[in-house]
Amino acid sequence: MIRIQTEDFDVGTEIAALENNGRSGAIATFTGLVRNRGDRQDVAALFLEHYPGMTENVIADLIDQARGRWTIDDARVIHRVGHLPLGDRIVFVGVSSAHRQDAFAACEFIMDALKTSAPFWKKEITADGESHWVEQKDSDREKAKGWGNG
Amino acid sequence: MSASPQAEPTITVKFFASLRERLGTDELTAPLSAGATVADLIGTLAEQGTPWDSLKGDRPLLVAVNQAMVKPSHPLKPGDEVALFPPVTGG
Repeated sequence: MIRIQTEDFDVGTEIAALENNGRSGAIATFTGLVRNRGDRQDVAALFLEHYPGMTENVIADLIDQARGRWTIDDARVIHRVGHLPLGDRIVFVGVSSAHRQDAFAACEFIMDALKTSAPFWKKEITADGESHWVEQKDSDREKAKGWGNG
Repeated sequence: MSASPQAEPTITVKFFASLRERLGTDELTAPLSAGATVADLIGTLAEQGTPWDSLKGDRPLLVAVNQAMVKPSHPLKPGDEVALFPPVTGG
């Protein structure tokens, strides 16, 4: 399940959707939030843009790759776009599996790979009203390369 | 009955994020010459002067054709959807 949306999501609802199949013994989730510092200090909000269609295709491919590497039951990815104020949820990745190690690994892989291959762009809006596009981080590229991606 | 003139082959080019803002446009239709690659398209666009010449600068530029990432040597065909954008920063 992949959703790109402007509205917020409820983590509890998403976890419940992952746990009702009766087969899974583990659920690993990641939630990303808007924080007050990034490339600049005093970040007050983010603006997120994406490439409709390609975004969903890339994330679906990452979930397929995760299924090829680990035994997972289900995966859910939600990514918000548009104007997101401080503290808001940005992204959710949840994976259910028979075993915790597969759930942890697949969740981390999908999130790391998403950051360097899914067409989203983030703009930081600071408290003084200035805005600038966020630069891609070497550390994110290295994380993706560590999985053999990127 | 006379044959109607063949429509000129074209492609759609989309721009995102900082590149969209720098160029001041999010989409255009460009003529496609036979055998042209993504690199040829970027070269032609860059010849239009400022701000298009920045496409040939040292800023990293990613390319997708029909929503899949490709290299600059990728050949183009009529009707392709080409997207140009900076490195991605989601999550």
